[in-house]
Amino acid sequence: MVDQTTTTPQRAAAPSGSRQGTGLLGLGGKDAALLVIVAILVTFAPFILNPFPETSGLAQFNAGYPDLMQRFLIFGIFAIGFNILFGLTGYLSFGHAAFLGVGSYAAIWSMKLITLNIIPAIILAMIVAGLFAVLVGYISLRRSGIYFSILTLAFAQMSYALAYSVLTPITGGETGLQIKSTDNPLLSNLAPGEIGRANLFGLDMRTSSELEVGGWLFTFNAGYYVAAVVMLIAFYVSIRIFRSPFGMMLRAVKSNQQRMNYTGLNSKPYTLAAFVISGMYAGLAGGLMVAMDTQVGPERMFWTASGEVVLMAILGGAGTLIGPVLGAGMIKYMENILSKINDQVLHQWFAFMPDGIEDFIVTIIHPFTGKGWHLTLGLIFMAVIIFLPGGLVELGQRVGRVFGIGRKSTDASAKTPAE
Amino acid sequence: MDAIILQILNGLDKGSAYALIALGLTLIFGTLGVVNFAHGALFMIGAFCAVTLQRILSLSHPVIDETRTDFLGNPLKVDVPYVYDWFGEATGQAIINWSVPLAILFSIPVMILVGISMERGLIKHFYKRPHADQILVTFGLAIVLQEIIKAFYGANPIPTPAPPAFTGSFDFGALIGFDPNTIIYPYWRLVYFAFAMVIIAGVFGFLQFTTFGMVVRAGMADRETVGLLGINIDKRFTIMFAIAACVAGLAGVMYAPINSPNYHMGMDFLVLSFVVVVVGGMGSLPGAVLAGFLLGILESFASMAAVIDLIPGINQIIIYLVAIIVLLTRPRGLMGRKGVMED
Repeated sequence: MVDQTTTTPQRAAAPSGSRQGTGLLGLGGKDAALLVIVAILVTFAPFILNPFPETSGLAQFNAGYPDLMQRFLIFGIFAIGFNILFGLTGYLSFGHAAFLGVGSYAAIWSMKLITLNIIPAIILAMIVAGLFAVLVGYISLRRSGIYFSILTLAFAQMSYALAYSVLTPITGGETGLQIKSTDNPLLSNLAPGEIGRANLFGLDMRTSSELEVGGWLFTFNAGYYVAAVVMLIAFYVSIRIFRSPFGMMLRAVKSNQQRMNYTGLNSKPYTLAAFVISGMYAGLAGGLMVAMDTQVGPERMFWTASGEVVLMAILGGAGTLIGPVLGAGMIKYMENILSKINDQVLHQWFAFMPDGIEDFIVTIIHPFTGKGWHLTLGLIFMAVIIFLPGGLVELGQRVGRVFGIGRKSTDASAKTPAE
Repeated sequence: MDAIILQILNGLDKGSAYALIALGLTLIFGTLGVVNFAHGALFMIGAFCAVTLQRILSLSHPVIDETRTDFLGNPLKVDVPYVYDWFGEATGQAIINWSVPLAILFSIPVMILVGISMERGLIKHFYKRPHADQILVTFGLAIVLQEIIKAFYGANPIPTPAPPAFTGSFDFGALIGFDPNTIIYPYWRLVYFAFAMVIIAGVFGFLQFTTFGMVVRAGMADRETVGLLGINIDKRFTIMFAIAACVAGLAGVMYAPINSPNYHMGMDFLVLSFVVVVVGGMGSLPGAVLAGFLLGILESFASMAAVIDLIPGINQIIIYLVAIIVLLTRPRGLMGRKGVMED
């Protein structure tokens, strides 16, 4: 954040650079390379995230199971969308989970009533979340700074409270909504009593095929690859937004809104558009969540969920392209893997040490793992804010520079792998 | 009429807590210009000071009681708190019962220490950084603090009773001429309200009538000039941070009997306190207190059955609704000053 002003001119050079290069899908060389790398990583994630054989003690660090990989992608989309608002315009929304929740509710109603196909559900989720974002954004964007944060927080908390209490006929209240055997969508031919499953033109989202190689077990899940395609599209769109004149306008809002107004530009339509796009991303993430796991509850809209996406974007690197995805991946990985490390596992690890030392080390590590993983998260997050305002992406750049991978002038190195 | 008075009374204790936290937040914001998201955690630490003192005082050692036997006929072992040994049984029991008020004395040094180390160790490095960074780093700190508390005390609420002298309820209706038992109000909540008023008066008096307070107020108005006059304003602001931490901590100590402390109580209150601060007007101390009580009372009015029948769900959203309306109609909040956080 400190170097925001200094990096702006460098970023200003980026769109012109990308306009010259007519690489893949109209992206400049480096952006195209980034997209391709992400696509490859996502495609082969079931292998990459499963580096340890099933039988080894390290197997619990494997993240290559469909449920978690889907969450990486979905929260990646959520964080990309949040970053379009926060990273570009600097408006810190503390109520983004509301759009995710609204999108989820829209998607599940589409599945309950219209069709079990996920495409209409996701589209409906985006539309409803977008409309809700127009309403919230129109009001909230009248103020900026902390007032904007409080306004968005207020709207999200209101949505949560209402979904929890008064809107129970629509939201299912505390228990939330699931697809039940009594639901019979219009465009489906379910046998009576059959519980509908989310599908894409007949392809069940839960279909998985497994591949066993040596000690490794790789799972390829249909839902994961559907989510992967959606995520790549979302990522591509966000690159285009970052590189577009519209993206430049949003950066102008962040660096000096007053000057922008003085030059005769009205910043409100730009910020509102960014807010709505960002809300639609959240709706998309919510819709996908329902598509992968057909249920939804109001806790998805609670302010801690909004706080989580803020953590993701900042941890990865706000204002960069890949940062939010990295942040989302890291937090979800920690949530799922770190929280599994209990005392028993720790004792197993340090079993080679003398008993006294073993117990001592386990006692020290104990608060940071298992149920205490939030502590580790909080510490890492604080460290990132204090030392690395640019997040993991900045860490990567610094490490790259130390090893001489980055170019000599910071001007060139700051420009890319970051974005 | 009696229902209305009852709701006003019910709003007072929650309003007091909001007002005290919001007062501390505003003090920190007004002096240091820092938006402190860890302030709720300070409230929580205060509440756990009460829990800790109660546990320390109840520390006991087993003693074989010859007069009583268990079902096998062996002498029974009973736990005798150490305070019984030192002060005799009656005094010892009284000390344990009064652990919450005693925790006020215990919490003041603890909170000053926590406050100073927080300001010197972390927050001072963030004066020059954007508000968003300050919010985020203190948010991270709040997570860390509440997880530390959770690691020590577990995730369940810990009941911390008030002294037996205050357990009953006070028949307020009979005092002002209503039928008995129409308006009854727990004594401890009354104590809490009085305590909050004393603290608020203390803070305002301190700022208004001492030389130290005068310098701090001058620093709030124009930090640079005060610095140029040769006054070490940073040191005074650090002390103000410690005082704000103390206010939050004391609010937490006294709130422990009303609501059993758990590790996330700070965050629950923080979100609402922020709304309170913004409604009252960023940087305005009277505004924070006023908005605290106002929103506390509004919240309890909205919980009346008659109101809920009229507008379902209003009790859940009233505070946020008020915040939205106030922010849109009075952008600076109820009593906000010109030029404070108007970006």
